[in-house]
Amino acid sequence: MKIYLPRDAAARALDADAIAAAILSEATRRGVAVDLVRNGSRGMVWLEPLAEVVTASGRIAFGPMTLADVPGLFGDLAQHPKALGLTDDLPWMKAQTRLTFARVGVIDPLSLDDYRAHGGLTGLRKAMSMTPAAVVEEVIASGLRGRGGAGFPTGIKWKTVAGAAADRKYIVCNADEGDSGTFADRMLMEGDPFTLIEGMIIAGLAVSATKGFVYLRSEYPDAIEVMTQAVHIARAAGILGPSVLGSGITFDMEIRTGAGAYVCGEETSLLNSLEGKRGVVRAKPPLPALQGFLGKPTVVNNVISLATIPAIFEMGAAFYKGFGLGRSLGTIPLQIAGNVARGGLFECAFGLTLHQIIDDIAGGTATGRPVKAVQVGGPLGAYFPRSKFDLPFGYEEYASADGLIGHAGVVVFDDSVDMLKQARFAMEFCAIESCGKCTPCRIGAVRGAETIDRIARGDVAAIPLLTDLCQTMKAGSLCALGGFTPYPVMSALTHFPDDFAPMREAAE
Amino acid sequence: MPPVPADLASRMTEILADHRGMEGSLLPILHAVQGAWGYVPQEVVPIIALDLNISRAEVHGVISFYHDFREEPAGRHVVKLCRAEACQAMGADRVASHARQALGIDWHETTADGAVTLEPVFCLGLCACAPAAMVDGRVVGRVDEARLDALLATVQA
Repeated sequence: MKIYLPRDAAARALDADAIAAAILSEATRRGVAVDLVRNGSRGMVWLEPLAEVVTASGRIAFGPMTLADVPGLFGDLAQHPKALGLTDDLPWMKAQTRLTFARVGVIDPLSLDDYRAHGGLTGLRKAMSMTPAAVVEEVIASGLRGRGGAGFPTGIKWKTVAGAAADRKYIVCNADEGDSGTFADRMLMEGDPFTLIEGMIIAGLAVSATKGFVYLRSEYPDAIEVMTQAVHIARAAGILGPSVLGSGITFDMEIRTGAGAYVCGEETSLLNSLEGKRGVVRAKPPLPALQGFLGKPTVVNNVISLATIPAIFEMGAAFYKGFGLGRSLGTIPLQIAGNVARGGLFECAFGLTLHQIIDDIAGGTATGRPVKAVQVGGPLGAYFPRSKFDLPFGYEEYASADGLIGHAGVVVFDDSVDMLKQARFAMEFCAIESCGKCTPCRIGAVRGAETIDRIARGDVAAIPLLTDLCQTMKAGSLCALGGFTPYPVMSALTHFPDDFAPMREAAE
Repeated sequence: MPPVPADLASRMTEILADHRGMEGSLLPILHAVQGAWGYVPQEVVPIIALDLNISRAEVHGVISFYHDFREEPAGRHVVKLCRAEACQAMGADRVASHARQALGIDWHETTADGAVTLEPVFCLGLCACAPAAMVDGRVVGRVDEARLDALLATVQA
């Protein structure tokens, strides 16, 4: 009997380890041999812990599992109170286009055999049969843009690094996924770590880099554990090392742990941190592509960008490019979070509206109250009211609505949220996490929180002051922390003016 | 000031040897130091500075920049509560107030008996099962007041 139960951090946070132990002890009690695979999560977090039992007709899902539901897995499955049917037939799964996340939740994350059996290494072998220049051209042709949030074309960045002359070059994976509402990097690394390794090797051979780093945040102990083991396994199998798959090409990598600084998700700050320095932002130029880690040409890409590379080579750039809209091509793993009935990871082509994402896919709020605001793109993303829910999900589309898609996290709030409080939090967070290098961010965030406090006390004159301060921060900050904090603040002020109305407490 | 760990010199020799030749080794070294003693003792600063050929000020600057590095030991248990937006949307502020009241301490403080240190964290990647917490490195989801009380009972015992 084969049972899958995720080892994903979200499943473990919902007691998956206790369920796993109960499955094994129940099997022993009944004298049944059970092969328990701790897979990644299918992304249906509201159903976690989600157990899957392998049957002749496919994998049948059961969730959310409690200890009382465990014995039933050994009985008549059709009668099990938590039986959901075949996993692949569940509406959440059927409605997706899983390219980057094709294997996540399906395979044993640390089994290379399972990885190969599901198409793993096909992309790398294809890329190895091409010239480095053709590899770069293929990535450019796919239309892939940085999934970390900035949306810069990945292939163009690779081309810059490939064209730079240097004795050493590096591939740095930004796995410092600090934005609230985002967990795609974590799920990918915990559920299919070899995909990221494969993507980094392809990047290495495209730009002639022989060394890679994954800068992984310390808040993700499970991902650190899985990635570290995966690197050891890949090295032992000759996928990493002096001769990748016997090709003579060298590529090896290290997993590095961050130390709790949000700003290190910004690429230049990340590079300083990786070099063993304070995570202070660097001015650009020089671009990291030309002078990055230790001053050498460096590709800095997000986890999802790099993990999508193998799929692009496996299926072809033209296939990947066939999804999406406008200049937002391919698929995007949406992370639906906060106050939602059905939260989790949903990979689909660009272009869905917030109405589709929140009302149809997520089923509205968990509390059952009306949705008041949605923050898209993390703590530096804008808050949108229901009147903006027809906006299609794309880089340019969100930018033109004074927002950003960021890392594609969608955080839903019900009508109990106070938008002035959210605006103040954005400033407070920026003040806590500012690296201190530039004045608009370091001082502006502190003054911003104070100014919002004045507005809360009924000082109308402080509203134009806040607007002015946001202009200064947006135009004058070195990086996105100070530069984008105005997005949540100004969107809260613009779309929810009632929450900033003077003397609102006195009027109540 | 906490007492100087007795094994400081010998353990530091090992830690520095383990990281020799590594590119940008200061953060991995500091993580190893904190892993050994639970905090970064002041006494390691000149030892690391000498080994990496950087100034003591540079080492201190790195230690003080990052939230993770402690300059003194934490309580026997560390409870981290997520304060970020997705958790706020599910009542994290309320749960945090409850925690501070139940423990009688504020953020970054340790209970008088040395049992529990309470810290804020900004996102554990558990945003679809919010509010989230981390207790001694173990992640916990859907932390309402009742679940928090149960968690605190285990660490205060």
